[in-house]
Amino acid sequence: MSQSKFILITGRTTKQGTTIHVGKESPEFVEETSTVEMNEADMKRKNLQDGDLILVKSEYGRAILKCKKSDIPEGLIFLAYGLPVSSLIGTDTQSIGMPDSKGLEVEIEKYGENK
Amino acid sequence: MEKISDVTCLFCGVTCDDLEVFVEGDTIKEVKNACILGKATFMNHKADVAIPRIKGKETSIEACIEASAEILSQSHFPLIYGLASTECNAQRKAIELADLIGASIDTTSSVCHSPSLQAIQTVGDSTCTLGEIKNRADLLVFWGCNPAEAHPRHFTRYSVTPKGYFVPRGKKDRQVILVDVRKTPSAKAADQFIQIRPGSDYEVLTAMRALLKGEELEVEEVGGVPISTLKSLLEKLKTCKFGSIHWGMGLTMSRGKHMNVMALLLLARDLNRFTKVVASPMRGHGNVVGIATVLTWQTGYPFAVNLSRGFPQYNPGEFSSVDLLARREADAALIIAADAFANFPRAAAEHLSRIPTIAIDAKESMTTKIATVVIPTAQAGISAPGLAYRMDHIPIPVKKVVDSPYPSDQEVLKRIIEKVRSKLQNRV
Ligand code: SF4
Repeated sequence: MSQSKFILITGRTTKQGTTIHVGKESPEFVEETSTVEMNEADMKRKNLQDGDLILVKSEYGRAILKCKKSDIPEGLIFLAYGLPVSSLIGTDTQSIGMPDSKGLEVEIEKYGENK
Repeated sequence: MEKISDVTCLFCGVTCDDLEVFVEGDTIKEVKNACILGKATFMNHKADVAIPRIKGKETSIEACIEASAEILSQSHFPLIYGLASTECNAQRKAIELADLIGASIDTTSSVCHSPSLQAIQTVGDSTCTLGEIKNRADLLVFWGCNPAEAHPRHFTRYSVTPKGYFVPRGKKDRQVILVDVRKTPSAKAADQFIQIRPGSDYEVLTAMRALLKGEELEVEEVGGVPISTLKSLLEKLKTCKFGSIHWGMGLTMSRGKHMNVMALLLLARDLNRFTKVVASPMRGHGNVVGIATVLTWQTGYPFAVNLSRGFPQYNPGEFSSVDLLARREADAALIIAADAFANFPRAAAEHLSRIPTIAIDAKESMTTKIATVVIPTAQAGISAPGLAYRMDHIPIPVKKVVDSPYPSDQEVLKRIIEKVRSKLQNRV
């Protein structure tokens, strides 16, 4: 796997589950669902600091997101369910109804510094 | 301030029915016994409430119902989707409407546990209620799920910490193992965390079945897990008195999907040669088990049901929403108590903004933003009473705690049905 390729894991978080009630356009919910968790070593390799912007690209779409370090294993990134997740996943369900929502291969590029 | 006891929370499938809610007039002031997610559900009941509108212009509920009936009665291939965050009486009405207009009806299971439903249909399941788990389980395995963040009170009410009849010392009498691709906050409650490589669940589960049958594998590890770790996990499962395996969307959304769940169900079945082992999905955003149950008792199938030929047809891949929208087949959509636009892959969701879409929801959502017609309703479990099914299929009454200016989902659907029926009759 080249250095820019990562496996995207999506899921719920407590913050996503609480801020959803404030509103899907509330700054709290938008912040939580557009922040990618990354391993510290991966961030270093990609010259990223907490809060930097990254461009995440999949075969199906792209999203500009923030990154922050967590204890996720190297090579994986995590993103809480929300609109950005939906813009990265495709519609192929292999005829069972369920899209490939976890374990998608994505590429990451640095997009901008934390301001 | 009025105190209402034994209130049910509809946010997740744990369906806690022991909440205390304190209200003043039509406002909730305080909630006791709920987890942080449940508390947020009740305390924010007035935030982001939907506004009745047609094509973005605010209007009356009555006008919205009329417009919806017109859209649905004109449609050739309508889709009715959602129904997780509502109660069973509304769900029944949605099925009645689907039957009347010959719609495809699909639920949020489609994009969460539909692979589990298909696996259970294929190989069956060895299961029980949460009450049995509370009273008997001395070994708990959580596989590809994160209850600490998705089902917070599962651990304290039913699985990890409660004292039970055969496990009188609670957590001290139980062992907890977490299997996942990353160390989630649930790991804190576990005695052991086993990290597997993403997408390798099927391999790991199948290797465990082979080892259980006495096969020797000529590899050092499977899915990043040493064979010795798998053997010791199997030993724990074989020697416990009552093992309970719980799985989540780590299995259903990853490569293999229903095959992953089938492998887990077959492992549980095989383990019953040695001891009692059950396996159950961590279901539930809201009352998603309710709609699977109601749809099954009415049509025979739990999701992806098409009623256009006057009898139910079930075919995931053909009548499941993501596929149906991605192929641009639906010519109208009715989304009830769910946010399809936010949760579907973008290319499928976009079709909802091309066709007339009706959103029935207590709250604004990404779907209400693109919908042609928005009908706000009284939120089930807060301003509308009814019935919900817990993740283990136990029906639980749902209370109303405060008034809403809007009718319930059930009432709105009833009024749409009446109007559609008279439009269809007038056309004949
Ligand atoms: S565990 Fe689930 S049902 Fe219970 S209070 Fe929390 S969100 Fe509500």
